[in-house]
Amino acid sequence: MTRVGVVTFPGSLDDADAARAVRIAGLEAVPLWHASDSLNDVDAVILPGGFSYGDYLRCGAIARFSPVMTSVIEAANKGMPVLGICNGFQVLCESHLLPGALIRNDRRTFVCRDQKLRVETIDTVWTNAFTPGQEIVIVLKNGEGSYMADDDTLAMLEDEQRVVFRYLDVNPNGSRNDIAGITNAKGNVVGLMPHPEHNVEPLLGPSLDGLPFLASVQSFLARV
Amino acid sequence: MARVIVDVMPKPEILDPQGKAVTGALRRLGFSGLTVRQGKRFEVEVDGEITDERLAEVREAAEKLLANTVIEAFDVRVEA
Repeated sequence: MTRVGVVTFPGSLDDADAARAVRIAGLEAVPLWHASDSLNDVDAVILPGGFSYGDYLRCGAIARFSPVMTSVIEAANKGMPVLGICNGFQVLCESHLLPGALIRNDRRTFVCRDQKLRVETIDTVWTNAFTPGQEIVIVLKNGEGSYMADDDTLAMLEDEQRVVFRYLDVNPNGSRNDIAGITNAKGNVVGLMPHPEHNVEPLLGPSLDGLPFLASVQSFLARV
Repeated sequence: MARVIVDVMPKPEILDPQGKAVTGALRRLGFSGLTVRQGKRFEVEVDGEITDERLAEVREAAEKLLANTVIEAFDVRVEA
């Protein structure tokens, strides 16, 4: 069975929900601990949402240097699928696995809403089960979700089709180019601010659009 | 013990929502014509004497951890 590791940092909030989503999708969830450099033979890793290390210094800045991240960075560079959700996206940017950075929302408030997104590319490990241009709804909840990168980086992301998700209808935080999520050059590392792990059961949200993330990684790993 | 100051500021082209909030609050308090950008100041106590090598180490620490140079600029100086 596909083993998906879910990292717990001190201050992670959505690690249990992410593990639950993995199980609901029919995969095995493997807990990973920030202070251990062991990835426990997992096939993929999810960095969950929350406030790792209290968001001290900058969101994700301390987590990036934790023992587990040394192993995650090494594995990601060798092609292991890694998904960063919200705080996990911030950790991926601080780790330089993804370019750019996330700063405080332009409206200065915490935003919590069912957010419409467009899937801009299905050519990643985590989005191949969607259809190109598919419109989905995923829960968004963050205070520091405004995606920033310089003009050259933005042009590169657009040219290489590495913008994976774009906000539709409303740009909730001032992200440049309405960017909600991006990928690395290989397509194995994806980071996004919205929370797909909260959209896996009819009881809890308006969509089940979180499930294709896990179906994507499963079908990718089945082909490897 | 010597002290080195590291100032970290959001780059000019990056929106600074905290600075904007402070600017708005100052205006409401009747302070006119004051525009604020908010950054961070780190006071680094350095064991032993400050040499060029030590300063270079602090600069490396600032680059690696204290600042995110994608969005922030930093300045390192010895406190007089």
